[in-house]
Amino acid sequence: MSDPAVRLCGLRKSFGGVHAVTGVDLDIADGEFFAMLGPSGSGKTTVLRMIAGFEAPTSGTVELGGADVTRLAPFERDVNTVFQDYALFPHMDVLGNVEYGLRVKRVPRAERRGRALAALASVRLEGYERRRPGQLSGGQRQRVALARALVNRPRVLLLDEPLGALDLKLREEMQVELKSIQREVGITFLFVTHDQEEALTMSDRVAVFNEGRIEQVGTPAEVYERPATAFVASFVGTSNLISGEAAQAVLGKEGTFSVRPEKLRVAALGDPVDGAEHSATGTVSEVVYAGPATRFVVELDAGGRLIALQQNLQVSSMDVTGLRGTRVRLVWQRRHEFAIVP
Amino acid sequence: MTRALRRRLAAFLHRHAGVRLSLLLSAPMLWLGVAYLGALAALFLSALWSTDTFTGDLVKEVTWANFQELLTAEVYRTITLRSVGVAAAVTLIDLVIAFPMAFAMAKLASPRAQRWLVIAVLTPLWASYLVKAYAWRVLLSSDGVLGWGYGLTATVITLSYLWLPYMILPIYAGLERLPNSLLEAAGDLGARGWRTFRTVVWPLAFPAVIAGSIFTFSLSLGDYITVKIVGGRSQLIGNVVYDNIGAAGNLPFAAAVATVPVVIMLVYLAAVRRTGALENL
Repeated sequence: MSDPAVRLCGLRKSFGGVHAVTGVDLDIADGEFFAMLGPSGSGKTTVLRMIAGFEAPTSGTVELGGADVTRLAPFERDVNTVFQDYALFPHMDVLGNVEYGLRVKRVPRAERRGRALAALASVRLEGYERRRPGQLSGGQRQRVALARALVNRPRVLLLDEPLGALDLKLREEMQVELKSIQREVGITFLFVTHDQEEALTMSDRVAVFNEGRIEQVGTPAEVYERPATAFVASFVGTSNLISGEAAQAVLGKEGTFSVRPEKLRVAALGDPVDGAEHSATGTVSEVVYAGPATRFVVELDAGGRLIALQQNLQVSSMDVTGLRGTRVRLVWQRRHEFAIVP
Repeated sequence: MTRALRRRLAAFLHRHAGVRLSLLLSAPMLWLGVAYLGALAALFLSALWSTDTFTGDLVKEVTWANFQELLTAEVYRTITLRSVGVAAAVTLIDLVIAFPMAFAMAKLASPRAQRWLVIAVLTPLWASYLVKAYAWRVLLSSDGVLGWGYGLTATVITLSYLWLPYMILPIYAGLERLPNSLLEAAGDLGARGWRTFRTVVWPLAFPAVIAGSIFTFSLSLGDYITVKIVGGRSQLIGNVVYDNIGAAGNLPFAAAVATVPVVIMLVYLAAVRRTGALENL
């Protein structure tokens, strides 16, 4: 097993009296597509900037491929960054932007041109070489930024909210495209996002950040299905917690438990429940019809509330909206409920 | 005006955007047309007149004699070149001093420090021009603190001091608009400080530098007070104009001399325009 592409040890950063990052340890393997997910102010961008070299850590170390780079300047590190605002040089054309890094490294002209054109082709921007960034759309700029970084063949590519400025349709397209580009070039991608769906769909592993620390690291399925803490449960997906007296009454045990909304089945009060299942009765207080699925908010008789997501297999909005106020039984399999740290 | 009438007027203006615009623009257009362009036209016209050598009266007949003298007499050519040289030197010195200061203000200082630095740069503008010029006279006099004496060098130093804020502020504003991420991107792609400056900061701040240089260059070109206070016996274009208005009483010739800096500035602006810098002002 070779050294990890990125290794963070006890990383801390304070700005004045504000503790932005309060102790982060993390290993990211070579070739991994890794997401750092968290709300704004959770420290994920600061960690990215410390890996890029734009911020010096207050304490702790950053290793790239086994070498300590904590005290190195950005231009001495084998990483490249796709900036949130893309940071394309407005006075250079697309080719000038993509060639910039190679020109700095004194790559001969012919090779430089060839690599830049290949990078532009890999992001499907042939024919745009002579355009200025100001003449491109948001999605095209995003791809120029990607080509400008990838052309240097860095050990790690850092992406700061890479899709944040794009509209929904384009964002979904780019999610797929980024993933396939990463598979093609085989470079470690490390990206920062506050969008849980983006993190879950694109990455091999996710680190969930909160208040300058990592709450959980795991595959998207692990983080989503088995959130380790209440924060992860609420930030990744919809928080659906059973705790306190309700936990005693419904589950017969102490603690805080999480069940994902789509694991809940909305059933009639008298429906049978088998031994592998748990159930709770309650009253539907809200019904939200959302096209492919319907969201039921159920106030439990035992206290607290759960949200159940039901696919609209056979029903339409006419059928479901009339269910507000009815008494129902929520049923779920025991293996889908998890104890979490509150 | 009654309430109803006011309301009708407001409604009329709301519906007729053209009328509204012309009312709003009339004062500035009047200022530009009459006070500025009109005065310039009057200047050019009177430059074509002459004075009677014996009586000193104005002779309102068109003649190119003033311009002929201006172009042929050695002394005026020397003074013009000297004035351009002084203006260029002041601009260059101000640029060299102002750019690092503006960069530190815009990119290195904290937001709080930034506000104080802008105030610090503006403060000298609150003091009278004359007070500052005389302060330099005292500093530079041969028994003063610096004791370098008067002359062209003293003039350049004093003018550089006087116009420095006019160079700092546009460059500061230009660098302030420059996103930090562009500097980081250059570093991220392997560029060190000097290369980042040469390939990213300078080209993008260039329009702001031009804006500053227009101030420092034109203000220096037209100055005649500083050179009187610290210039010793040296003369600049402004002095020639001033002397012809006052002592010589030859207004038409003063007007002809005054067109020289106007023409130089027009040439400068035309040259700058070719670089495309004016489009980004």
